[in-house]
Amino acid sequence: MKEKWNKLSQKKAFWPVVIFLVILLFNGIMTGGEFFSLSIVDGHLYGRLIDIFRNGSKLMILAAGMTMVLATGGTDISVGSVMAISGAIACSIVNGNILPGLHGNVAAAVVLSILAGTLCGFWNGFLVAKVKIQPIVATMILLVAGRGIAQLITKGKIITVNSDAYYFINGGYILGLPFPLFIVIFLVGLLLLFVSRTSFGLFLESVGCNAKASKFAGIKVDRMLLAIYTISGAFAAVAGLIESSGIKGADCNNAGLNIELDAILAVAIGGTNLMGGRFSIPASIAGALIVQSITTTVLAQGVPAAYIRVLKAILIIVICLSQSKEFKGMLAAHKTAKKRKAVEE
Amino acid sequence: MEKTKKKFQINNVSLLITVVLFILMFAFGSVKYDNFFSISTFLNLFNDNAYLMIAGIGVTFVLITGGIDISISSTIAFTGVFSAFLLQKGVPSFVVIAIVLLIGILIGSAQGALIHYFKMQPFIVTLAGQFLMRGLCVVISEASIPISDPFFNSMALGKVAIKLGNAKAASGKLYYYVFILFAVLLVSVYVLKFTKFGRSLYALGGNETSAELMGLNVARTKIGAYAISSFCAALGGVVFSFYTLAGYGLQNMGMELDALSSAVIGGTLLSGGVGTVVGTTIGAMIQGIIQTIVTYQNLNTWWTKVTIAALLCFFIVIQRIIAIRAEKMKGKEEA
Amino acid sequence: MGNENRLLTARNISKSFGKAVIALDRVQFDLRGGEIHALLGENGAGKSTLIKVLTGVEERDGGTVTLNGKQIHPKSTQEAQREGIATVYQEVNLCPNLSVAENIYIGREPRNKFGKIEWKKINADAEELLKKFDLSINVTKNLDNYSVAVQQMIAIARACDIEAKVLILDEPTSSLSTVEVEKLFEIMRKLRQEGMGIIFVTHFLDQVYEVTDRITVFRNGGYVGTFETAQLPRVELVGKMIGKDYASLNESVVAGQLEDAQESTGEELIALAGASSPGTIQDFNLKIRKSEVLGLSGLLGSGRSETARVLFGIDALGSGEMKLKKEKVHFKSPLDAIRSGIAFCPENRKTEGIIADLSIRENIVLALQSKRGLYRKISKREAEKLADEYIKKLEIKTPDADQLIKNLSGGNQQKVILARWLATEPEFLMLDEPTRGIDIGTKAELQKIVIELAKQGMAVLFISSEIDEMLRCCKRMVVLRDMRQVGELHGKEISEEAIMHIMAGGEQ
Repeated sequence: MKEKWNKLSQKKAFWPVVIFLVILLFNGIMTGGEFFSLSIVDGHLYGRLIDIFRNGSKLMILAAGMTMVLATGGTDISVGSVMAISGAIACSIVNGNILPGLHGNVAAAVVLSILAGTLCGFWNGFLVAKVKIQPIVATMILLVAGRGIAQLITKGKIITVNSDAYYFINGGYILGLPFPLFIVIFLVGLLLLFVSRTSFGLFLESVGCNAKASKFAGIKVDRMLLAIYTISGAFAAVAGLIESSGIKGADCNNAGLNIELDAILAVAIGGTNLMGGRFSIPASIAGALIVQSITTTVLAQGVPAAYIRVLKAILIIVICLSQSKEFKGMLAAHKTAKKRKAVEE
Repeated sequence: MEKTKKKFQINNVSLLITVVLFILMFAFGSVKYDNFFSISTFLNLFNDNAYLMIAGIGVTFVLITGGIDISISSTIAFTGVFSAFLLQKGVPSFVVIAIVLLIGILIGSAQGALIHYFKMQPFIVTLAGQFLMRGLCVVISEASIPISDPFFNSMALGKVAIKLGNAKAASGKLYYYVFILFAVLLVSVYVLKFTKFGRSLYALGGNETSAELMGLNVARTKIGAYAISSFCAALGGVVFSFYTLAGYGLQNMGMELDALSSAVIGGTLLSGGVGTVVGTTIGAMIQGIIQTIVTYQNLNTWWTKVTIAALLCFFIVIQRIIAIRAEKMKGKEEA
Repeated sequence: MGNENRLLTARNISKSFGKAVIALDRVQFDLRGGEIHALLGENGAGKSTLIKVLTGVEERDGGTVTLNGKQIHPKSTQEAQREGIATVYQEVNLCPNLSVAENIYIGREPRNKFGKIEWKKINADAEELLKKFDLSINVTKNLDNYSVAVQQMIAIARACDIEAKVLILDEPTSSLSTVEVEKLFEIMRKLRQEGMGIIFVTHFLDQVYEVTDRITVFRNGGYVGTFETAQLPRVELVGKMIGKDYASLNESVVAGQLEDAQESTGEELIALAGASSPGTIQDFNLKIRKSEVLGLSGLLGSGRSETARVLFGIDALGSGEMKLKKEKVHFKSPLDAIRSGIAFCPENRKTEGIIADLSIRENIVLALQSKRGLYRKISKREAEKLADEYIKKLEIKTPDADQLIKNLSGGNQQKVILARWLATEPEFLMLDEPTRGIDIGTKAELQKIVIELAKQGMAVLFISSEIDEMLRCCKRMVVLRDMRQVGELHGKEISEEAIMHIMAGGEQ
């Protein structure tokens, strides 16, 4: 039993999940249990808990892609803009504003916008892997251009769509559970399967740790980077679809605004070192749920949303400090000095 | 045997392209649209973009060291909101300005210290800084706070008429606050060219190890760069509140990208070591002129963003190509 | 004899990194004013550590340094400079983006009373200074406009201008042409005449004999001795550097080893013909047969590692050709080489070999996995089997295969890297300094493994700066000097004497 416990607690996702549960418990206590109450209306589950999972779905998807990007020691700050593009394309197609030949076919809209996101990711990957531009600078180009492109697609207007099929992406239910949850399970499951069934995970950690030695061991580092940024773009597109379905339209200015920090934060909370190396996608998913539940909690306490930003900023600094070798060294030096002093006395 | 390699000086090439581009755009606008060709169009580039130019000049200091600062837009917003808030409480305007500028220096120094002493990534630290200050803005006030202070009012409205002839096109006006920009520009040019600190910035960006081995004070230089960046952002924020006469927490979202683009378009190398504040100012003027043309053409304003991103991409790729060529010329010495 | 003229004395200097690595073990060094003093030794001898200690980059653990009779303890390069110790490093440590003049004066710019830098004075002074070095270039141009040689000269000019008493030149000539080296020597002689003490680190023996007065040799972090250059024959010098006393060279050691010295008659596995790579090897012709251990010998920087890099597809082949089993091949990446049955343990274990944060098992299966490709994943069971097998076979000392490789000792890390390559079942194995920094017991084990592998039919390219172990392992040796092949020895011809002769340049 104890052995099992030890093994469990060594998993990277363990502590993030525990923290997530603690936050939920805190909510439960603060609301006198109301937080956990689930109601069934028309065979659909409703409740705060469900909301966290539904609203957190975008972040979970982004965090999954971002985990791999950060594991290589890179970053992708264009995910918010890619979300805007994908939402703009999907809504414009459903509305018949572009490609009227498709007659607002929702499936076609979904496929095309995910393709667009994939292309965006590929572009980022190309700049990073082949042109060898620093990831932050490379993805900044799309961050600047992305919203502009999205605006051009929607001709600068906020588009509203009127399609139940499209609404289903965010608001739909299967077996009483919200549909976005299934998207998360499908995508993350697929990714986990890919990472664990192929040697992708091993290669990725190897590249993140020591790119040069990895190349000498025969790993095609460039191709890895290209693939990872492409996946991140594709995932961002899916997140963009969920978002735009949620607001029943495309708002290029605000779709996915600043969400890149949330995604990075989620990954950092999950314990992946932002300088690259070991990573865990499940831990990042738990990290995303923590970020989402903090948001929900703080809002539930009647605190303005702005405080969440401050809190997140402090969180990310603290986590990065804890990962900093220099900081650890300083703490260690402090400790030994203290010890020495104690001995001397 | 003197081997002077014929090689492009990256900063000169970029700056040259930028200046030519600016002239071409101005000429294009003048030919295409009535009333475009005028002193006023030119001066309005400063009137409308002074805050951006000041912030861009500040961020150029950081870029020269090879770092990055994406917290400046929030610093601008924070300065605006906090000034408006203090003024509303009846604090004298000069005290207010002194306080917010000091806060700017403190924030920048803190960011710089985290980056230098703990080797944290500049991007992560300043991203956190961005969120922190954006959050604080709204903590102070969610709504826009109007400013009615007489000094701010006089700065907002006061202007100097400039007349170069009798024709309508030959006259224009400059607002008082534009002279703050000119002062910042002059001081920055001097600091970067004629002070030990300024030269250390370039050395740091060129090769940090060398800078250290040559006996330069790396810590002071790096932290100083971030302090100046935030200081300029705060000053830009003050100018912005002259411009808008209000403080609003959601103002200028994503403006750090405009400032960074200005620097890159103006010839600053994102890998550090190369860059001028005059270049950054011209880079911002290019953005201004694109904006003006887009307005004249009655296009969607988003074309501005897309054009700037395309320019940014173009310049970054050019920088890379030149860097790759330089690497190839050097052969492979790292072996 | 030179007691009254002692400029710099270092006594009992020790320095270790972490617990395991002892970089300097109570070494000493003396420098007189007005002399050029060569500091020699192979990789890991401790030369650069001593220099780092003298220049304040690293703090010494013990010992004393006296400069002009005064004890010094520099904690930073600035401090060392203030004491009068200036250094020019192997890699030019200037800023490429600044002008020549500024590179000379940055950090100590002449300024007027308002603190404004006086550019005119800087440029004029720089021009004046460089004239002394016979360098008339445009000092206002950026440094990266000039060749590495000129940059090196500028670095030296900067160092000399800091009123240095001691000038340390750390391999300043590796990127200079003969003419440029001549010019540098002229300057060094001039400075010597002015009374400066110069420490000259190099791996070109010709230069040592051309310009230096005395030689101090280090080996494995220890002090070997100080000699008058004129009285130390070349071959003896090489012997001291690699740890073999030439005079007491025992013929029997060599003969005993070569009793069964029969050259492999296996078929040719891999061959280079007229192979050159830009900036590294020139016109190499090399044939390696199955079941053969070919030794590649030469001092540091002679082109030994570079040859391996070309064979492994890391550096591109500029001209000439490479043949694998008589068929022309062209490797674009290490993966191509691995798929053709080639393996390579690189010299720099830490940066090019181990993946520090991964486990032993992951480190072992990595190359095999990339050989198989992304989709044919090695199952957990197979990986465990492989790892356990090699841990046993190579006697890797670890509690289990899940340990992170960074927690192992250097010798065991090397064994893991070897295991990584053996797991790919290569036909051709390249080992670049596989035993550096490894204890004697493990060294012997590794050598035994290499011989065993060759017996089983593997072709091995063995690179080492220790002639001893080359003698033990190789039946044929190619000797390199200055990126060229200068000799080849077969079977009975192989002896330390012969190798040292060729390495030293063929003269007694």
